[in-house]
Amino acid sequence: MIDYRALGGLPKQPLHEHFSPSSSLLSFLAGKQLLLSELPFPFEVVHQHYEHGYIVYKPSIVQHENRYVCVRCGNEDPHLFASFPCARCGEACVYCRKCIKMGRASQCNPLVSSTQIPPSSPFSSSLCWQGTLSPAQQLASDAVCEAIRRDGHLLVWAVCGAGKTEVLFHGIELALSQGKRVCLAAPRTDVILELAPRLKHVFPSVDVVALYGGSEDRGKLASLTLSTTHQLLRYHQAFDVMIVDEVDAFPYSVDATLTHTVEQARKPISSLIYLTATPNETWQREVNIGKRHAVTIPARYHRHPLPVPVFEWCGNWKKLWKKKRLPANVINWIHLHLEQKKQAFLFVPHIDFLEQIVPLLKSFHPSIEGVHAEDPLRKEKVQQFRQGHIPLLVTTTILERGVTIPNIDVAVLGAEQAIFTESALVQIAGRVGRSAQYPNGDVRFFHYGKTQEMVAAKRQIERMNKEAAERGLLKTQ
Amino acid sequence: MNCLICHTPYNPTVSWRYLLTLKKVDCLCSKCRNALMRIDGEICDSCGRPFAGLEPLHRQGRLCTDCVRWQEDDEWKDVLTKNRSVYMYDEFMKEVVALWKFRGDYAIVQAFQEEFCHEFDRYFDHTFLIVPIPLSAERLYERGFNQAKALAELLALPIHELLHRHHLEKQSKKSRRERLRTENVFQLSEKTSLQDRHIVLIDDIYTTGTTLRHAAKVLLKAGAASVSSFTLARG
Ligand SMILES: [Zn+2]
Ligand SMILES: [Zn+2]
Ligand SMILES: [Zn+2]
Ligand SMILES: [Zn+2]
Repeated sequence: MIDYRALGGLPKQPLHEHFSPSSSLLSFLAGKQLLLSELPFPFEVVHQHYEHGYIVYKPSIVQHENRYVCVRCGNEDPHLFASFPCARCGEACVYCRKCIKMGRASQCNPLVSSTQIPPSSPFSSSLCWQGTLSPAQQLASDAVCEAIRRDGHLLVWAVCGAGKTEVLFHGIELALSQGKRVCLAAPRTDVILELAPRLKHVFPSVDVVALYGGSEDRGKLASLTLSTTHQLLRYHQAFDVMIVDEVDAFPYSVDATLTHTVEQARKPISSLIYLTATPNETWQREVNIGKRHAVTIPARYHRHPLPVPVFEWCGNWKKLWKKKRLPANVINWIHLHLEQKKQAFLFVPHIDFLEQIVPLLKSFHPSIEGVHAEDPLRKEKVQQFRQGHIPLLVTTTILERGVTIPNIDVAVLGAEQAIFTESALVQIAGRVGRSAQYPNGDVRFFHYGKTQEMVAAKRQIERMNKEAAERGLLKTQ
Repeated sequence: MNCLICHTPYNPTVSWRYLLTLKKVDCLCSKCRNALMRIDGEICDSCGRPFAGLEPLHRQGRLCTDCVRWQEDDEWKDVLTKNRSVYMYDEFMKEVVALWKFRGDYAIVQAFQEEFCHEFDRYFDHTFLIVPIPLSAERLYERGFNQAKALAELLALPIHELLHRHHLEKQSKKSRRERLRTENVFQLSEKTSLQDRHIVLIDDIYTTGTTLRHAAKVLLKAGAASVSSFTLARG
């Protein structure tokens, strides 16, 4: 009888050179950390590799001062642990509910990783890109290269529409030329799907894999890896360069998990680059006092300033809606856009509210639609909006980052609601004026009482515009 | 509180449905609770399938045509007295069951407790011997727990693990489907007299009823007076 619960505590064994390890097992585990149950090899084979020093075990669930901690995802929330009468170890087996979709990390299911560093090969001049960088992008690009060269940390704070992906190209090229493994991680699958073809296109000779739920590349290790932060959970000391995109898209509660995942997946000596359009308050403060090394791109690639939000009080819209009415100024704003045939987004705080008001708005114009994150028709509606068939799209969420509609305005109804954080509001405002042809537009926050977050969002945008002007990054009008 | 299934925070509401039993705080948000579709209204007398939404073509009197076919087969006639199920096995239920049984999030079973017990009391009682459908040793090792037993334990009544299931080997000339129909994977695990006992088998899903009928056959052979089944969902 094997004591599976004890495996996690077994010490690392010295490497036995005379042992010939299974190359399929080693390549399966290269750069990874997997649950014992995820390995498609008989236990005896796995354990032999342990005894000869080729792999190590680690408990997947540990106890710290009466609290359970999931070693794989970093979960410490007592509500997200449960136990079950386990047929494998014969005991009440504690498992993590938070990362269960990646297989059950339980007390008798240890994590397994390889002690062997997977070999990698350098690429010379791998970048095939003819584009040029704006002066602000160039500065950021240099900072990225510098961070990669000295395995340092960097925050790239680039406004919405600054062109931050291009800023990474030279840094990635440099890393690849040194035989470094690069990972670009983002929270949402959409972003990975959008970035993968772009990077494959500019690095045609490099092995690129895209990891997301359901992807065919899952489990692979490449020179350039794009991954959802979720899929990164399976990686262990695999990357020399870790770039985390859209840090702002994480709800703040996910921060701890993100940090944990990133720290596990990158090598102890590696560079760490965060990209964001709206760093949280702590990060902004750290940047301001010089505690966090950062580079800002305060201007858009088209060198026009960011549209600044306008606040407009709209009364107690919730109470008004009980009588099935919307605030008069909101209705006016909508009518004006319908008359002028200018497309617009209307952001609302809840799905329930969205579903209630869309039928009413459809009486203004039958093609008005509502869309939310879990809407099964989301892709189709976004496509129709892009093609101009929908005059007004009511939504609860920031749509795909790639959704850049040339000439639109946005309004938020209920901008005082807690869901509209500083970062969310900056992102919402960032949808407007993205194209060089239509660099301006209306950003309107309809509210029932100004909040700190609204004020901070506006201030952040104004500060970026000021910095851009001072650094001479804006077109002179 | 966070919902046991979707993990979103919600304000728990006390369930008033069973005023006489203990009031319990629901572990699901109202959205998930309402998405679990309880079987209600007219059902097939035999398999418990709801007639609502079923084409008239598939119904003959009080039975569905599947059950009529079982009854016409001498080998299977009256093997299973009746089946009753709590929920529809719809898209949402499929997702929940996948998370619970295949991903192995055991804790989810709590979400079924109240309605599972309530429906059991509606069709059965404590005089029935409760027998969960077992997993093969290999499958049990792989999953870590037997979902049928987890459901049976919700009833807080004695459980009788009378059956043993052997693993269907993958290599075979006959198709898996064919073997499922003809081969009985169940055996009695202990020699017990089942004389005059009424048995209720517990399982997660009634799909075709083949598995449950194979198990029932073994128990009838051992002298059981009748064998019925009670499942979480009806496929
Ligand atoms: Zn976990
Ligand atoms: Zn266990
Ligand atoms: Zn829920
Ligand atoms: Zn029937």
